[in-house]
Amino acid sequence: MTLKQTPLNAVHRAMGAKMVDFGGWDMPVNYGSQIDEHHQVRNDCGMFDVCHMRVVDAKGEGVRAFLRYLLANNADKLTFPGKALYSAMLRPEGGVIDDLIIYFMSEQWFRIVVNAGTADKDIAWMKQQASQHANPLPNTPPVGEGMAALSPSARGGRYVEDLEKGWQLTITSRDDLAMVAVQGPNARSKVWQVIPQTKAATENLQNFQAADCGEYFIARTGYTGEDGFEVMLPKKNVVAFWHELNQAGVKPIGLGARDTLRLEAGMNLYGQDMDETISPLEAGMAWTVDLKSERDFIGKAALLANPPTRKLVGLLLLDRGVLRGHQKVHTTHGEGEITSGSFSPTLEKSIALARVPKEVEIGDTVQVSIRDKMLAAKVVKYPFARNGKGLL
Amino acid sequence: MSNPSNLKYTASHEWIKSEADGTLTIGITEHAQELLGDMVFVEAPAVGRKIKAREEVAVVESVKAAADVYAPVSGEVVAANSELDGAPEKINSDPYGAWIFKIKPDNSADVDTLLDAAAYQAVVDSEAH
Repeated sequence: MTLKQTPLNAVHRAMGAKMVDFGGWDMPVNYGSQIDEHHQVRNDCGMFDVCHMRVVDAKGEGVRAFLRYLLANNADKLTFPGKALYSAMLRPEGGVIDDLIIYFMSEQWFRIVVNAGTADKDIAWMKQQASQHANPLPNTPPVGEGMAALSPSARGGRYVEDLEKGWQLTITSRDDLAMVAVQGPNARSKVWQVIPQTKAATENLQNFQAADCGEYFIARTGYTGEDGFEVMLPKKNVVAFWHELNQAGVKPIGLGARDTLRLEAGMNLYGQDMDETISPLEAGMAWTVDLKSERDFIGKAALLANPPTRKLVGLLLLDRGVLRGHQKVHTTHGEGEITSGSFSPTLEKSIALARVPKEVEIGDTVQVSIRDKMLAAKVVKYPFARNGKGLL
Repeated sequence: MSNPSNLKYTASHEWIKSEADGTLTIGITEHAQELLGDMVFVEAPAVGRKIKAREEVAVVESVKAAADVYAPVSGEVVAANSELDGAPEKINSDPYGAWIFKIKPDNSADVDTLLDAAAYQAVVDSEAH
């Protein structure tokens, strides 16, 4: 099987990267020491090739209403252009198809960034949902002549046309775009050093906001728990951009450090912490699921019908060793399992996310089966580290 | 880094140095540390422990995986490198200097059956893909 390559593949190799198969992609796991790379991001800044992730543009008159129905988090929280939202996209049975970020750029344009391994599946699902007839919302008044003159939101967010032709929108996979994440306390200033023409439009961006700067789409988002930007740009320009960042002193960071950084920051990894068989409520994602309003969304009924019996907690290993995915967790309320585990370079201890019976509490001591031994771990709140510092 | 020619090796990526006093010093090779990545813990054996050839004697744990370190020959553990407790990364930066344990072999001739540098390189080459 030939692995997929990003436009930066040769550059990674030239920079001394150790390459690995990451979900069918030939990607750099480190350029030397992943622990050094981890500290580099927490203390200064580093850059990640995230070209394997997929940018999707949803455009048209029906896009906001569509996303309101498609996603577990409420697109109506996005009240001004540039605002972003993290959400799960659910199956009707309630399992997680993917986790993603949407950026509200205009009423007729939302940008969506999805995971690499699920991109094709996600886009096929979105297109399928978009082409179907919309079912009337609960409490939506019947549409009559007078109603047709009202704005979409007054009619419950649906056009008359929706009922006949499906949602009025197009969904486009932006295969022409590359993405580089620059993360760390000094990340934004380095980006401005390299592309100063974007500074005016981006220097006032708050966390989870984006700006479209023509050639560069810049979001103050990331997967590390540090400040920084995720920059989307034409694929043909990404090699030069990477080199310019490097020349400005930004070091390349591999997937090994990406994993320890996101785990310390308490951020889920799709495929490990949740998948299509797991409810977001059992994956620490309840805060992203908006069940408060009357809004119907795909998977809502299943979530309401199936209260969670498990929850995701943080674990801190008290003994020497490393917590790893799939290790069994023994608690006084029954067994659980580690979903993601690793060594935390910031805490110099091992940490993990684990799915355990919901009765388990912060502060409990549990036992983890590691290679024929039972090691003690403490149940802790997460995130474990953010903004350069450990939180435990 | 090439495999030092004054050392012996095993197919499980240990290096062995014969000391003047008859003891053997053991660590893991450059190839092994490169495969495993950043080391975070070393579980060294207890001094005095009697071990058999190919028995698991120590564990090196990296961010990526835990790996057993095997006894190259039968004998008794006479020392463990306590420096690695606080600085396991020395195995990465200096694999042939960061020894893990020393043994007094039951039979001083056993070490002659181990691989030389060239034979070990052949093992490494056969693993390459």
